[in-house]
Amino acid sequence: MANILNVHQLKKTYQSGSKTLTVLEDISFSVSGGDTFAIVGPSGSGKTTLLGLCAGLDQADWGSVELCGVPLSDLNEDQRALLRNKEVGFIFQDFQLLPTLTALENVSVPLELQGAKNARQSALALLVKVGLSDRSHHYPSQLSGGEQQRVALARAFSNRPSILFADEPTGNLDQETGDKVVQLLFDLNQEAGTTLVIVTHDMELAKKTRHILRLKGGRILANETMISS
Amino acid sequence: MNMGPDTASSNLSWLLKMAWRDGKASGRRLFLFMASIILGIAAVVSIQSFSDNLQQNIVLQSKALMGADFIIDSNQLPNETVQSIIDSLGGALGQEVNFVSMASFPQKNGTKLVQVRGIEGGYPLYGAFETSPEDAAVHYQENRGALVDATLMLQFGLKVGDSVKIGKVVFKIAGRLLSAPGSTALSSTVAPAIIVPYRYIDATGLLQIGSRQEYNYYFKASPGMDLDELDKRLDPLLDAEGADLDTHTSTSRRLGRRYSNVGKFLNLVAFIALLLGCVGIASSVHIYIKEKLRAVAVLKCLGATRKQTFTIYLLQIAGMGLAGGIIGTTGGLVLQLLFPRILAEFLPFDVQLTFSAVPVVLGLLLGVFMSVLFALLPLMGTWYVSPLEVLRVQEHAPRRSRRANIMIMGSILLFIFLFSLWLLQRWQYALAFVVAILVTFAILAGIAALFMKAIRKYFPESWSFTARQSLLNLFRPNNQTMTLMLAIGVGTFLISTLYFTKDILLAKATLEDSSGTPNLMLLDVQTEQRDSVAKRITPKGLPIIDNIPIVTMRIQDIKGRPVNDIRLDTTSTVNQWILNHEFRVTYRDSLISSETLISGEWMPKMTAGGAVPVSWADNVANDAQVAVGDTISFNVQGVLMKTVVASIRNVDWGRMQLNFSMVFPTGVLESAPQFHVLTTKTPNAKVSAQLQRELVGAFPNVSIIDLRQLLSLIEGILDKISWVINFMAFFSILTGIIVLIGAVRTSKYQRIKESVLLRTLGAKNAQIMRITALEYLYLGVLGSLFGILLSLLSSLLLALLVFETTFTPSWIPFLVLLPGITLLVLAIGLGNSRGVLNSPPLEILRKEAR
Repeated sequence: MANILNVHQLKKTYQSGSKTLTVLEDISFSVSGGDTFAIVGPSGSGKTTLLGLCAGLDQADWGSVELCGVPLSDLNEDQRALLRNKEVGFIFQDFQLLPTLTALENVSVPLELQGAKNARQSALALLVKVGLSDRSHHYPSQLSGGEQQRVALARAFSNRPSILFADEPTGNLDQETGDKVVQLLFDLNQEAGTTLVIVTHDMELAKKTRHILRLKGGRILANETMISS
Repeated sequence: MNMGPDTASSNLSWLLKMAWRDGKASGRRLFLFMASIILGIAAVVSIQSFSDNLQQNIVLQSKALMGADFIIDSNQLPNETVQSIIDSLGGALGQEVNFVSMASFPQKNGTKLVQVRGIEGGYPLYGAFETSPEDAAVHYQENRGALVDATLMLQFGLKVGDSVKIGKVVFKIAGRLLSAPGSTALSSTVAPAIIVPYRYIDATGLLQIGSRQEYNYYFKASPGMDLDELDKRLDPLLDAEGADLDTHTSTSRRLGRRYSNVGKFLNLVAFIALLLGCVGIASSVHIYIKEKLRAVAVLKCLGATRKQTFTIYLLQIAGMGLAGGIIGTTGGLVLQLLFPRILAEFLPFDVQLTFSAVPVVLGLLLGVFMSVLFALLPLMGTWYVSPLEVLRVQEHAPRRSRRANIMIMGSILLFIFLFSLWLLQRWQYALAFVVAILVTFAILAGIAALFMKAIRKYFPESWSFTARQSLLNLFRPNNQTMTLMLAIGVGTFLISTLYFTKDILLAKATLEDSSGTPNLMLLDVQTEQRDSVAKRITPKGLPIIDNIPIVTMRIQDIKGRPVNDIRLDTTSTVNQWILNHEFRVTYRDSLISSETLISGEWMPKMTAGGAVPVSWADNVANDAQVAVGDTISFNVQGVLMKTVVASIRNVDWGRMQLNFSMVFPTGVLESAPQFHVLTTKTPNAKVSAQLQRELVGAFPNVSIIDLRQLLSLIEGILDKISWVINFMAFFSILTGIIVLIGAVRTSKYQRIKESVLLRTLGAKNAQIMRITALEYLYLGVLGSLFGILLSLLSSLLLALLVFETTFTPSWIPFLVLLPGITLLVLAIGLGNSRGVLNSPPLEILRKEAR
């Protein structure tokens, strides 16, 4: 299958006072469409920065990212936002639900942004899938952490993305809830045939993917393909 | 890359839906933003709407206000030319002579300075005298009847049927005069009116030398008569004869302008309340948007563009502004119902209130426009937030566009300037207003900034934990110190300035309590009466302090040019009143305490022949365009007298004493027809009243002004005026309080987190309470203190530049306003933090996070 994500010689630096910190250097890898991919590494290894660059949330100082066949450096911020709306789904460690919107409204936002006519019905169907149909009118503050992450899952799949980026999806959950959420994530992913890129330091979770990219100190330590996932 | 059409961005309904969803959940906070502008808009709309109604009423009731279509008035009986003009107009349908004189009430043993109106014919030709009983307005002309001002009758306990003596004639009170065309309650307070039949005026014997009377001739316009054309044609002819023509349209225009000026001034006071509310909005939106930035980043992450996220919050603010505009406008329309009552004393008619579209549109536009304009700067924050915020909090705030900031600030200033210009009509005034606003706001903001900087630099490490913590709160992130200082400072500044201004005005009018200062003034004393009057006063042990001779005269020519020539010269800059005025001058050999010589030489005595050296008051010399050395001829009751300007004096007209435009040297006017003003000092009101009764009984033509009574009248009028201004300033204070509540509540979540943390670490409720109390105490004291100090400065400038007097500040604002406002701030601050103390930390955090 064709690559959905091509990363080539990526470099990212940050300015800290008078010092320049190199967070990522010489990062190159590819992800095939429909594949599952994990980026692992210790804290400060540049995992989240890499995810941000791959998803078009930030811009690299050097190198290129091609997402869904589109070089991100050719796009301005708004064009990148439109690309994300069409092709990308997100799951975050701290859920990042909009606190002033109900669960149903949170899930329907990406669809509404696309101008979909049946946004509400599609969102409700997804909430049924994640087992939260009875909580659709609750605000995030009225839901538990696990429930919030399930709403985030439903939202991530609502725009039928080509690729889904998950940043430590179980980081804020207890073991049991985390396991359930991961199971749900992989089930939904399989059903939708979406490419999945997970950033995690949880090796158990990483091992569920077909490819693991190991980072250390901003550089690639290894790019492994698992025999079975 | 062609991303195709962005259907969502063009979908306004989605943006509106998002704005509504988010706004619904942030309802309480948005309501406070809205409340900040409601009062300001209500104040502006109420004033604007009432002014519109007033203007319409003036136009509609202009004939009834004048009682005629047009009038010819003069200070003397019409000469041949004036009479021929009157005749050419078909003769007057009504005529009147009015003058100020003493009236006595034999049954009540009282006297009072009144305005006597002798009326004949069908006046009022439009409108009516409102009397009790009603038919008195018709029957007073029979049997020597009089209509007496209703308040005056109440004051003296007079009844219909009692007598009133004016000069030598006794009239029978036919009815109470409730209202007359064109008169206000305020004018009646100074000299209440008594209306009598014209034919008895001669018999009163009051129209003697020196009496200041006005003759009015009332006309109805014939069908198709162009009043403006009539005015243009006849007025110059009448002016030349010392008469004047006024039409109901020109009078209503003049009246309209006068009330419109008052309306504009009140509107400015209301506009300040609105501006204060907008500062509150800007500050609250700043915190509100700061808390929304994470949500904006999420939306951008999900694919929303910068324009979309910006528009969502822009729509929210505009919606809030519109809602504020609707509520404020409705409130304003209701509020204007109060104005006829508040301004009753100043209005010459009953105002019929009708719905007027302009103020409504103005209120709604102001609501939306000002909210958006003042929220734009903080709203721009949504534009620059990066979607990366979702993954990590950015270490540095994104760099904002300097150009955008400057453009927004420029737009705000331009808007304030244009709105002021619309209100004031003169760009110089509008500019001065904008500069004054900027300076006031800048000084208060500067003080807040300096205070915070000073605390940081000289932080009192040795203070107790609670005192230190409360100081730290003043410059923590998202602090509201600046907003609170502005809200408290501007509010205090306004009230305090009003208080000081009233003080300045009253101080100017206060009587000096020394033996040489008179408190009773006897006017119109004829030369042959002078000694007899004095003989009634001195035997009682009362002094004759002044004996001032007065001679009336008119200007015949200025620097050799006859006044008639100057009148016809359209390029002349000589003020018209100079040419038509009957001057009352005196002669003496020295300056008095209210006068200062500015230029020329004071000539005490006429020593040689030639032109008489006269001293002119500077303002009158300025209006007449004359300087030292210029020659002026006067017509002294038929005798021409050549004079020269010998000196120019500055005269403090505000002093409670007789001042003169022109002073002649002694040795010139002694034998001219003249009358006198005598002054004396009575020890108390009882002696004063007794003396007045005696003098009026013996000398009916003498008018007596009791300066003590006059002073209390002035005080009363100032009280009424300051009540109206205070009423409008009250909106600023209330807005200040709402902004204060808004600021306190906006930072509540921040505060709660700190308090919860402190409680978790073991702080007691009392300690947290003390920290909060001290914080608001600092803000209250600082804001109100600098508000008062700033008002001291502005009052000093007002005193020196506008009222041209000295300024001795009173302690009242320091003793009343400072603690009062500080306590109010303290109460609001503690009231809003009460919930934090009474509930468990976790419950509060959950509740507030929603």
